[in-house]
This record gives sequence, C-alpha cells and structure tokens, in this order.
Amino acid sequence: MSEFLAMGGYAKYVWSAWGISLVVLIIMVLLTKRTLTNTRNRVLRRQASLKEANS
Amino acid sequence: MWTWFHKLASPPYFYRIASALEPWLLWPAIICLLTAAYGGLVMAPPDYMQGEGFRIIYVHVPAAFLSMFSYALMAIASGIGLIWRIKLAYCVAAATAPIGAAFTFLALVTGAIWGQPMWGTYWEWDPRLTSELILLFLFLGYIFLRQALGEGSQADRASGILAIVGVVNLPIIHYSVEWWTSIHQGPSLIKLEAPSISGDMLWPLLMMIVAYQLLFFSILLSSVRVQVLRREQNARWISEQLEMHQG
Repeated sequence: MSEFLAMGGYAKYVWSAWGISLVVLIIMVLLTKRTLTNTRNRVLRRQASLKEANS
Repeated sequence: MWTWFHKLASPPYFYRIASALEPWLLWPAIICLLTAAYGGLVMAPPDYMQGEGFRIIYVHVPAAFLSMFSYALMAIASGIGLIWRIKLAYCVAAATAPIGAAFTFLALVTGAIWGQPMWGTYWEWDPRLTSELILLFLFLGYIFLRQALGEGSQADRASGILAIVGVVNLPIIHYSVEWWTSIHQGPSLIKLEAPSISGDMLWPLLMMIVAYQLLFFSILLSSVRVQVLRREQNARWISEQLEMHQG
C-alpha cells in the first residue's frame, strides 16, 4: 500500500494532478446543481408572485 | 429526424428531455471514472521511461481532449444560433463556456504538474502550451464579453462571432507539436496509425475520456437548463411543468 502511495517517487506529482482534477470535477457538478436549484426556485417564486398580483 | 430537431429546439421540450436524461449520464460517468481510475492507477504497468509518473496521463489527456471538444461545441452552437437564430443554440454555447474553461484549466495545471518531473519545468512558452493557454483566454473572453453585453441578443451575436473566430486556435493546438519544435510529445491517440500505447495502459485512458465526456454532458444539460430558465423566466410552461414534476 505504501509502495502504491509512493508512486515510485512521483507521489507528489501524480497525487496532486489526480487530486486537483477530482476536486475541480466535483465542484463543477455540485456548483451546477446548486445554480440550477437556485435559479429554478427564483423563477418559480417570481412567477408565483406575478400570478398573485394579477389575480 | 428534422422535425425531431425542431421539437428539441423548443425550450419546454428540451428542458423535459434534459431533466430525464441527466441521471443516465451522471451515474455511468461516475462508474466509468472509478473503473478508469482503478485501471490507470493500479492495473496499468509503469512506463519504461517515466515510471509511475506517466499516470498523470489519465487526468491530463481527457481534460485536454474535453477542452478542445468543448470549444468546438461552443463554436458550432454559436454558428447554429447565428445562422438559424435558434435561442436554444445560444443557451448551449453559453452553458459550454465555463465548463470548457474548467477543463482547459485542468489540462494546463495537470500538464504543468507533469512537466516539472519530466521536463524540469512547470511552464515553457512552447507552441502547444501557449496555444492551450490561448484557448483558456478565448473561453474567458467569451464569458466576460457576454457579461459585459448583458446576456441579451447583442451578447449572443457578439460572443457567437468571437467563438467562431477563435476556432482557428483548435488546429493550431492539435498540430502545434508537428508544425513546430515542441517539448510536448506528439499525439499518441488521434492520428492515422494505430495508437502508440500498449493495451494495458490504453483502455483506462479511453475509459477515462468516456467518463469525462459523460460528465461533461451531464453538467452541460444542467447548465443549459439554467440558461433556459433565465431566458424564459416569464414563460408559463415553467410553472406548469416544474410544479408538476419537481424536476
């Protein structure tokens, strides 16, 4: 296991490259989901209040 | 087929399809990613020249591939928007830009991390590296231009033209390693001969590209939905469709 983690002396490079890739991908997925939820809720609230104002 | 495209270009229909499709992209993407990670980190033998250090290829090449794929998609979508004035095409182009910028960033950063042990430097003003950096600036320029012009139809047209003009950078990136003397290695996958990489090393790379591609489309569908919601915020279908499906 420790041999695997050592990556033949390249540990610092291999793991930082993989780590930053994973972090950026996860952030992208979560941020997009959050933006979608927020935008949807905002538009729905806006439409609901307009509907109320018209009726 | 043509009528299907026509139907797909209608925001409510696209929105519904995109919501339904998304989990079918995200979960396979995660499965492919984990399998490719196991293959690339554990199963693949060390490279005879780079030892274990070559394993950066599995995060570098997919990111670089997706950076160029994203740009091509953004430019094509912009072209469709400019020619046929399809709003959804502009939504796709606008949604692609930040995702493409993120993949370009990853390609540059993982490349720099790889460059240090192999070339002895994080950065060099090399044709391949410089043209990829220009790709990042094109994405950022596109995003800032849209913001500056207020994301209306003027922003659509101006940013669309920028995206199309920037396409000249794509062949420059791809052929940079052949046209000029570059410290970057030549292509090992996309060329006429068979790939110059052995099977054990190759399959995790291909699977990782598939994983990145699936992940890209899953993120893209959500982002396009955000664009559609922003543009259609007064349309009645939104309340009708979203309250029913919660989707």
